[in-house]
This record gives sequence, structure tokens and C-alpha cells, in this order.
Amino acid sequence: MTAAAGAAGRADGAAARGSGGREGPAGADWRPAASLDALRLRARLAGRTRAFFAARGVLEVETPLLAAAATPEPHLASLAVAGDPPRYLQTSPELHMKRLLAAGSGPIYQLGRAFRGGEAGRRHNPEFTLLEWYRPGLDEHGLLEEVEALLRELLPAERLGPPPAPRASYGELFRRHLGVDPHRATAAELDRAIAAAALSGPDFAPDDRDGRLHLLMALAVEPRLPAGLVFVHGFPAGQASLARVRETAEGPVAARFEAFVDRVELANGFHELADPVEQRRRFEGDLAARRAAGFPAPPLDERFLAALEAGLPDCAGVALGFDRLVMLAAGADSLDAVLAFPADRA
Amino acid sequence: MPSYSTNELRSGLKVMIDGAPCNIVDVEFVKPGKGQAFVRVKYRVLTTDRVNERTLKSGEGLEAADVHETDMQYLYDDGSTWHFMEPSSYEQYEANADAVGDAAQWLREQDVCTVTLYNNVPLSVTPPNFVTLEITRTDPGVRGDTSSGGTKPATLETGAVVKVPLFIQQGEVIRIDTRIGEYVSRAKE
Repeated sequence: MTAAAGAAGRADGAAARGSGGREGPAGADWRPAASLDALRLRARLAGRTRAFFAARGVLEVETPLLAAAATPEPHLASLAVAGDPPRYLQTSPELHMKRLLAAGSGPIYQLGRAFRGGEAGRRHNPEFTLLEWYRPGLDEHGLLEEVEALLRELLPAERLGPPPAPRASYGELFRRHLGVDPHRATAAELDRAIAAAALSGPDFAPDDRDGRLHLLMALAVEPRLPAGLVFVHGFPAGQASLARVRETAEGPVAARFEAFVDRVELANGFHELADPVEQRRRFEGDLAARRAAGFPAPPLDERFLAALEAGLPDCAGVALGFDRLVMLAAGADSLDAVLAFPADRA
Repeated sequence: MPSYSTNELRSGLKVMIDGAPCNIVDVEFVKPGKGQAFVRVKYRVLTTDRVNERTLKSGEGLEAADVHETDMQYLYDDGSTWHFMEPSSYEQYEANADAVGDAAQWLREQDVCTVTLYNNVPLSVTPPNFVTLEITRTDPGVRGDTSSGGTKPATLETGAVVKVPLFIQQGEVIRIDTRIGEYVSRAKE
């Protein structure tokens, strides 16, 4: 998708929607998908979020949505915008915000849009609102406490369960629900766990442990999480993304957590990787994975890597899906209920 | 046949899964945090009517099934083969007992029903949601019964047996909901 395609006439847009199966003449779905009450709730939650961070001395920042580089993460599709040179809509503000941190910003947050191509469904919209924040001096466990504090400000207590919310490691959950050690199991052992969970999965490459783990996590573990707020930490090292990897009794584990509310994945946090050499190595690995899968390999963000060279303060960061938060606060089951104009009527 | 990529899948599409034509019942996009995207597809196997689930990697595809539904007139049957005609082309199709299934008990010659064709062969037959049929045999209702009373079996002209209120008499024409196989009302002549 390109800006050129996006700028095409209204008639084209309606024709492209044809296979989407929406009934009625072009333009018949002009009304917002969300109720006005849901939009008022969204505005209230955004206001309370800003008040929460203002009270804690965290600075609100804004960073570019259009940038020269795009994330190399193999599972994220950046939307390119035609032009000379081409630009990419950002899949998250992470790299720009880390440049601010390296420049000495101190704690910062951003409530803004992010774009991920191809992500559309009940819990996904290709354009969405992320709340992302960074805390110098904290690790992922310290930041997790602040995520819980924020959620207790924004969501009704009965939705979250009594404090503190349960914390479970990824390894514990896999051992308890699937009888398999996610950090050490071979691909063949994971295939047996997939079969035992009666999941009819896709074909994975023989050595693709993480693909199998993602399938098991999403379809066999997450549905068994308790209701309310739950934190999962200690992700497999292969899923570290931009988090540090730490040696533990379970083996090397990513310093990463996720927050779930009523089994909806709501936030993902890291003790941020600050080592520029390791970061470049991971990016190169991501690019190789993209090329192997036949995905476009975007230019690496050299300014971000230069910022790491200059020195990223020891910090933790987290991204929280704000639309999903509003959805949970509204008691809704689909993002369409809280988005004024979801992608199919944007 | 063309194929559909995962982002084109939606309920109602007919696709081939494990060599069998299937109707997609539900599609869910699943993407764990930093992980790979999956598409969870719930589908009904049209040859067995079973509902199954399959998870695909985002970007994988499914071949379209050559399945379409068309209204046809039921002509006659010889006990093992049911004959239908497509009214605009006059083309005739033969359906076996598996394809006709329970629809047989609601079909009267000349009635129009929906035939699902797979590779141009009838795969299933769906009668109209409501049919009006004559009662060929039922016991007389007991005197004094009212419409709020019990029911009794009635045999219809097609051979089907349905429960009807006691006040309904042999020779009457009644309206039946074929989806649940139940009496609805007297048919207004």
C-alpha cells in the first residue's frame, strides 16, 4: 500500500471495498462505528492517562509518523508512502523515543498513532493508538508495577481483580498447561504439544521453534489465562525483540513482559537493550529472516543505532494498545465498538 | 480455481481444505505481541457437514472450491436418484440420496429449492424455509380440544410426518418450517 493508492478517488475506494462484503451503495456506511458514548469514554481515558503521567513527572512527547527507516522486525509490515525518497509509516514510536532518551530526555510517554499493514480483525486495526512510555532506572519488573498502577486508574476494579495482579512466567505457563518447557523443547517436542492441544496448525520450517511457540501461546495458553489482569514475564530468548536477554535458572530468557486483561493482550514491555553491537546483530538477523521469507527489507535506522552508540540510559519501556484499553473499559468485545472509523470505513 | 490469501478469507467463502469443499463459518485474525500472525478458520466440510478448525499462517492461501448455489426445480425421483432442473437453462441435474438428505421429505414435484453444486454435481439440496403441504392422514382430533392443547402426528403428501395441533384435520394444507421440521400454521388458501 502506498500514499498514491491511498489518495485514489472515492469511487476506487468503494470499489476496492467490494470484496469486503459490506451491503449497500457506496458511502452508505458513512456513520461512525463507535457510539458517541464510546468516543466520550475514549476522550476521558486519554485525559486520565495524561493526568497520570503529569502527576508522575513523565514528559509527553511527539515523534514522527513518517520516517526514512522502518522496523526490520520480521512480523511487522511497515506501510510505505510513495515519494522521493519513500517514507514509512511507523509501526511504533520506539526508535524515535529511544533517540530522545539517549539525548537525555528523562522519563517520556507518547499517546499516538501507529500503523501495521495487514493487521485487521476483531482486536486489530491497521491504524491504531499506542500508549508508549519509558522509565530510566527501572527494569521490566519495576515498570510492570507502574503498568498495574495505570490500569487501576483507568479500568474498573472488578475488571482487574484484587491487587497485586498475578505474575506468571512464560515457562511456568507452558509447563502447567502444556507440559512442555518452552525454553528447551525441540521443534519436534513442540509439534507434539501442538498435536496434544488438538490444534491444526500450519506447516513450520523444521527449526522454527518460535513460530510454534507463538501458535501455542496464542491458541493454547492465552485462552487458559485467568480473568482480570495477569502479567506474563520471562519470554523465550528468541522473542526478545528489543529487550535484554538475561541468564536465569530456566536458561537465557528475554527481559520482557506482557499484560493481559480478560485474556486480551494489552501491553508489552522490555528492559531495553542498550548494547549497540547486539542491537545491530539482531537487526541484521531480522533482515535476513525477512529476506528468507520474501518480505521487503527496509533500510536500517542508522540514527537510532548511532543514538545507542552515544548511550541509551538503562531503562524499561512499554507499549500499551490504547484502543484495546478503551474496548475493555467499554465492556466491548471488538475494536470496532470504540473506533470512530475502523479501516473498512476509514 | 483461484485461491484466496488469508486476508481475503471471510465467512461464507467456499474453499478446499484437505481435498474437500468447505464453507467458511468464521475467521479470526490472531497475532501474539511480537509474534507471527495467524488466521484461525472455522469451517464446515460440505460433504460431511462437520465443523472443524484450522490455523493458517498469515499469507498462506486456500484454493477456492468450485461450489455455488442455484435455485432449481425438483422434477421427480426414482427412489435412488432425484432429478432437478435449472429453470433458465433447462439443464437437468441428478442428485443422489446423500445429497438430497432430509430435504427429500419436504419436496413436492415442481417445487423450487436450492441446490449446491460442487464441480457441477449436486452436493446438497436445501428446501425452502417454509413449505405448504397437504395432510394425507391424521387421526381426528378429540372433541373439546382447543388450539392450546396437545399435538398429534400427521402424515403429509410427501410422506413426512410432523406434529400438528389436535384441531387440524386430514385434507388440510399446512405451513411447515423445514429448518426445524415443525408445523407453523394452517396455510391460507
